[in-house]
Amino acid sequence: MKSLNKGALGAALLLCGTAFTAAQAAWEPTRTVEIIVPAGPGGGADQMARTVQGIISKHGLMKQSMVVINKAGGAGGEGFLDVKTAAGNPHKLVITLSNLFTTPLATGIPFSYKDITPVAMMALDEFILWVNADKPYKTAKEYVDAAKAAGGSFKMGGTGSKQEDQIITVALEKQTSSKFTYIPYKGGGEVAVQLVGGHIDSSVNNPIEAVAQWRAGKLRPLCVFDSKKLDYKDKIAGDLGWDSIPTCKSAGIDVEYLMLRGFFMPPGVTPDQVNYYVDLLKKVRETEEWKKLMSDGAFNQSFMTGKEYLGWVANEEKRHQDLMKAAGFLAQ
Amino acid sequence: MLGITLGVIIGVLPGLGGANGIAILLPLTFSMSPTSAIIMLSCIYWGALFGGAITSVLFNIPGEPWSVATTFDGYPMAQKGKAGEALTAAFTSSFVGALFAVIMITLLAPLVASFALEFGPPEIFSVYFLAFCSFVGLSKEPPFKTVAAMMIGFALGAVGLDQMTGQLRLTFGFSELLSGFDFLIAVIGLFGIGEILLTMEEGLNFRGNAAKINPKVVWQTWKELPRYWATSLRSCVIGCWMGISPAGATPASFMSYGIAKRVSKRGKFFGKGEIEGVVAPETAAHAAGTSALLPMLSLGVPGSPTAAVLLGGLLIWGLQPGPLLFVEQKDFVWGLIASMYLGNVVGLIIVLTCVPFFAAILRVPFGIIGPIILVMCAIGAYTVHNNTFDVVMMLVFGVAGYVLKKTNYPLAPMVLAIVLGDKAEEAFRQSLLASQGGLGVFFSTKLVSTIMVLGLIALFWPLIQEFFSRLRSSRVAT
Repeated sequence: MKSLNKGALGAALLLCGTAFTAAQAAWEPTRTVEIIVPAGPGGGADQMARTVQGIISKHGLMKQSMVVINKAGGAGGEGFLDVKTAAGNPHKLVITLSNLFTTPLATGIPFSYKDITPVAMMALDEFILWVNADKPYKTAKEYVDAAKAAGGSFKMGGTGSKQEDQIITVALEKQTSSKFTYIPYKGGGEVAVQLVGGHIDSSVNNPIEAVAQWRAGKLRPLCVFDSKKLDYKDKIAGDLGWDSIPTCKSAGIDVEYLMLRGFFMPPGVTPDQVNYYVDLLKKVRETEEWKKLMSDGAFNQSFMTGKEYLGWVANEEKRHQDLMKAAGFLAQ
Repeated sequence: MLGITLGVIIGVLPGLGGANGIAILLPLTFSMSPTSAIIMLSCIYWGALFGGAITSVLFNIPGEPWSVATTFDGYPMAQKGKAGEALTAAFTSSFVGALFAVIMITLLAPLVASFALEFGPPEIFSVYFLAFCSFVGLSKEPPFKTVAAMMIGFALGAVGLDQMTGQLRLTFGFSELLSGFDFLIAVIGLFGIGEILLTMEEGLNFRGNAAKINPKVVWQTWKELPRYWATSLRSCVIGCWMGISPAGATPASFMSYGIAKRVSKRGKFFGKGEIEGVVAPETAAHAAGTSALLPMLSLGVPGSPTAAVLLGGLLIWGLQPGPLLFVEQKDFVWGLIASMYLGNVVGLIIVLTCVPFFAAILRVPFGIIGPIILVMCAIGAYTVHNNTFDVVMMLVFGVAGYVLKKTNYPLAPMVLAIVLGDKAEEAFRQSLLASQGGLGVFFSTKLVSTIMVLGLIALFWPLIQEFFSRLRSSRVAT
């Protein structure tokens, strides 16, 4: 009897031992990893997810393969709920845009950033006030004054409703006591083309959505919604580059807005698993392809992980709640 | 070659459309040079365009949204044992449509791009309006049933997030309904599963199994096709126009079918297996699908979901779509255009040689092929969103489709309303926002008023026709 007990004890010890060594070895994915994109194909988040996927497969940074899946329904709510319900699944990532905050607040779906695990902030996307290059407005002040004089008939185009573009528009209106007619479209590229075609008067497109039209001399940037000018010196249109666009604050419009491009995981994953992806994404950031994407889109290259990242997200959530409350966008 | 073969396979699987197929294969191309990568991907695109017609004709299951109109006459033809003819006509007219569009892109690219810029929300709405109008009165069913089916379609299309206000509509708190009813799932269910149920009721055999397997069928059909040159040409023009204005291939195919039925001398026989009814939608859909690539390249705005994925690819290869692409990346643009010519020719040859094999599928007993179709439908429904709930949805739609068919409610208007309803609504509301609520915006420019007037004429065409014939007969009397 005693020997049997000993044997059992030994087996138990052995089991503990193997479990221990397994935990010691760094965790690695054992099957295909999914990146959920809570937006449609072709948009900013989708492009970034597909670039990351391309970089990882091209440089062989991960043994398992990676797939990008669009779950755009309900302004991204479909994608977020999918990740929320996949508790403990370490083979799923989600890339976020501002709809991480705006969708739950505007629609009241049962989801919050606290339901998922933060991995890393990859970059922040800038916003620029654009007008058609045929229009006479050379500065943001001239444009806003003209909009005021028109008494609300100026049309501001943007992506989606009660999301970042409309939040910026409302903030702009409050700051300058002007009035715009906001017209929602499906995607940023579509908005830029509507602006070129003269169907709207201005937009707050991300740099990457409108850069091609700027280079072709169809659109003109007036100001950037950031605290400092963009730090990219390449010439884009004639002798103008991203760094020649003034901040909106210097033009008397005190509005700042940056959009999160970061990764999260489902709830209930282990720190080892999170760390694996943090390391992986750090490697991605060092590649040439990534740097090219950053400079093409004039991204703000902030990188955050862990507590710092979580703190930033918590702050942003609070800020969105205030902004959306002020604009009357919260779900009843 | 590889691209096209893959594309045909992708096109055959309903649900796994060109967009999904290209998205899956996109990462494989990152190590290639941009030019060869885009050639590979656009070949998949052509393959998928061709492949979509196969299941529409053989099993009444449209593989892609724009193949719905092909089923109206393609499937009856297959039932009459003319599957080979229908497929040949479908493939050939796809080829003609695509070729027309490519030639137009080659010659008129800059001009066409500036035309696309003319389209704001009122113009886009007017195009949808025209699509609906040219379709009204087409059905053999009583008008009230048509309207009822269309209204159900509109209601189903409205489920999900309201793009204009950011509010959820008709979801009743179910998170499964957040994304609304996807058109493809509705179509796979209504047509595919509904058809299987009907066939089962009628005694487990295909009425189309008399299909003769004869390689000569291709030549015989070709001899017949030049007769429909007017239909082809008209469909090409409709298709190119729809592709460039961002309305896309689906309204193009419906509109072309509707107009062909109105204009054709044999219009009465449409829906019973008329070859012209296959030629018209296929030509238009492919002219539209091809010309949709033009706004993507020159403006950076995708004209179709597949073009949207290709657009993502362009950016990753370091190419910036936009007005300057044609100037700065000549090699790439002309490589792509050359691949369009090549891809279409090769694609046509591949699919035509396979026509007898495809037609032979119908000889397989239903007991074997039925379950296979069912599984294909389920896979298709699942791949749309990678969601098992969609498979359940598909079965529900299948039963609904069976009931509707039994009670003689037409499915086509319902499908049209699901596909285009929310887009039309969006454009309508964008226009009204811009005009501060005035309906005058729909007659504010030459372009939009012309399209609206065309739409109204199409809507009241039967009345106008009657008026003229009365006028004529009264003249004869006096």
